Amino acid sequence: MTTHRRRNLDLVHGRIDMTHGAGGRAMGQLIGDVFHSAFDNEWLRRGDDQAAFEVAGGRMVMTTDGYVVSPLFFPGGDIGSLAVHGTINDIAMAAARPLYLSASFILEEGFPLADLARIARSMGDASRTAGVPVVTGDTKVVERGKADGVFIATTGIGAVPPGMDLSADKARPGDVVVLSGTIGDHGVAVMSKRRNVEFETTILSDSAPLHGLVADMVAAAGPSLRLMRDPTRGGLSATLNEVADRSGVGIRLVEAAIPVKSEVAAACELLGLDPLDVANEGKLVAVVAPDAAERLVAAMRAHPLGRDAAIIGKVVADRDRFVQMTTVFGGERIVAWLAGEALPRIC
Amino acid sequence: MKYVDEYRDGALARGVAERISAEVTLGRAYRFMEFCGGHTHAISRYGIEDLLPTSIRMIHGPGCPVCVLPMGRVDAAIALALRPDVTLATYGDVMRVPGSNGASLLSAKAGGADVRMVYSTLDALRIAEDEPDRQVVFLAIGFETTTPPTAAVLRRARERGCRNFSVFCNHVLTPPAMGAILADGSSGAAVALDGLVGPAHVSTVIGTAPYVTITERYGKPVVVAGFEPLDILQAVLMLVRQCNDGRHQVENQYTRVVTPQGNVKAQADMAEIFRLRDTFEWRGLGWLPESALAIADPYADFDAEKRFDISRVTTADNPACECGTILRGLKRPAECRLFGTACTPETPIGACMVSSEGACAAHWSYGRFRQRGTSPT
Repeated sequence: MTTHRRRNLDLVHGRIDMTHGAGGRAMGQLIGDVFHSAFDNEWLRRGDDQAAFEVAGGRMVMTTDGYVVSPLFFPGGDIGSLAVHGTINDIAMAAARPLYLSASFILEEGFPLADLARIARSMGDASRTAGVPVVTGDTKVVERGKADGVFIATTGIGAVPPGMDLSADKARPGDVVVLSGTIGDHGVAVMSKRRNVEFETTILSDSAPLHGLVADMVAAAGPSLRLMRDPTRGGLSATLNEVADRSGVGIRLVEAAIPVKSEVAAACELLGLDPLDVANEGKLVAVVAPDAAERLVAAMRAHPLGRDAAIIGKVVADRDRFVQMTTVFGGERIVAWLAGEALPRIC
Repeated sequence: MKYVDEYRDGALARGVAERISAEVTLGRAYRFMEFCGGHTHAISRYGIEDLLPTSIRMIHGPGCPVCVLPMGRVDAAIALALRPDVTLATYGDVMRVPGSNGASLLSAKAGGADVRMVYSTLDALRIAEDEPDRQVVFLAIGFETTTPPTAAVLRRARERGCRNFSVFCNHVLTPPAMGAILADGSSGAAVALDGLVGPAHVSTVIGTAPYVTITERYGKPVVVAGFEPLDILQAVLMLVRQCNDGRHQVENQYTRVVTPQGNVKAQADMAEIFRLRDTFEWRGLGWLPESALAIADPYADFDAEKRFDISRVTTADNPACECGTILRGLKRPAECRLFGTACTPETPIGACMVSSEGACAAHWSYGRFRQRGTSPT
């Protein structure tokens, strides 16, 4: 960085312009004033193009995810906190302890600096609260009309505890399906703020980092845990169909056991959506060996993010790999993958 | 939510189901069609067929507004949307309806057409007022339920003199379609129906009176029912009783909302703003006389069919598609050879697969487990 400082960024009225991505002083200033100040940590402070760190032995996991949610700010979160939580959760679903994140920003010319600073602060807060630092990043600016305000991509790495090897193909007949809490909160919260749809609701997104809950689950159930998934886009129905498909099994659910907040159920009723298809950003579904199920649920309920954890069904042998459900009314139905899309750009 | 929950109560449902089982006549088959897609969805969504005795078969009717929109009209809407000066606004579930060659408004949008999803007709008018340089066309579809909101937006557009707004009207009518299905069944076709579950929301608008002609002409009972699963079970019980008694009357299960005369103000609006078309094409049912509405002359300035050159095109359905026979209850979805192979909810070919309210999509998404040989373990 140069010692010859330009005037400060106008974080109240300023906007992103093409110079903020041109590699010159304006870009350096943006990165320093907006991102480094929000994420501040020893790796970023070195100002290198990469972060160097020691790794312990054993298995590592790595994941990456892009965030394009619209609107950028929604009840209970924003694109920044979501970009931290979503990637942490993808790491945690391998029972792994998330270690480091990277963040890449695609900014649209004209995007208000105040919004960008707010998003960066939210990311910084989410990352500090989770104890997973953003150690490296990248910034690009594209011309007006070539993006929608801001897109964020985050990559994460994590360390898998010894003895844990979770994967979507490990569900076996007799296993128990456990859900960590109410479904549909995130999708409904985002939908409630979308233009042309807006409705009043007290529902907040459930966006949250799940690695703390996962650590307690691993301590309680250990290798009896077959697999975990966070039911984001496509909701619980997509996640369970994927598990059934990958494991070559069927799943039988009990609708009455699946927790749904009454406000979410009401909003879904209004919008013609099935809560099973609606996205979550702070919930997980676990498949566990039957003898460890009660122990696992007890451990989950002791954690704030697993308070409403419940056994919602079981894994069965089924060549057709159907996810089937006994409805609250007493009949049977298939829970299918959602055709098309229920909500555009919820994450 | 408590109000609604009671209509989904499993214990209450078992009580009604036991009554139905007790009252069906041994050795007799009961074939009831629920006309409306909302009922089809509820029957599948709650697994109502599992609660009925095997002698009762529910046949899924054509009352799904996006399903019956013919390919020619979809093609015309796509052509409109592709005009550089046009913004096409419509309800979300219309976007995926396939026209010819698998094109849809969704694919047209991906190709650069300005297609916007709206939740109300007034949102479409707002787009026109916000963007005076665009020609905003609202693609109106649906039965009598969605017709009054279209009437309202036409009235408001005229009041405000909103010159860049128009409506591409595809509203259809329930009683003529019901008549067409019963007429087919009685004219020597293999399967006739023993009764109809009448639509819920449509009947709030038109009332129960229009069904009297149908029960008299075709000698089949009609029971208007609400959309909750318990409503449907009660309607089935009422139909069983009419069949057993040899009656064919219009009965109203949905008395908490539906009256004999319906919503008189909405009917007056519709009569003023729309006129009856001589004939209209229904996907799966073909051309039905006096079965649809066009915009009446005083509102002609807001009729997209007059403002733009929309040619009347008929595009033939895939010849292997069995939608026509399925909609008449002559075949079941799984008996169509396109079902689940070429035709799925992701790649719908026929009307019945287009929306989750269609007979085939409901069976594919909710009921497929019933057709397999092996029972679940």
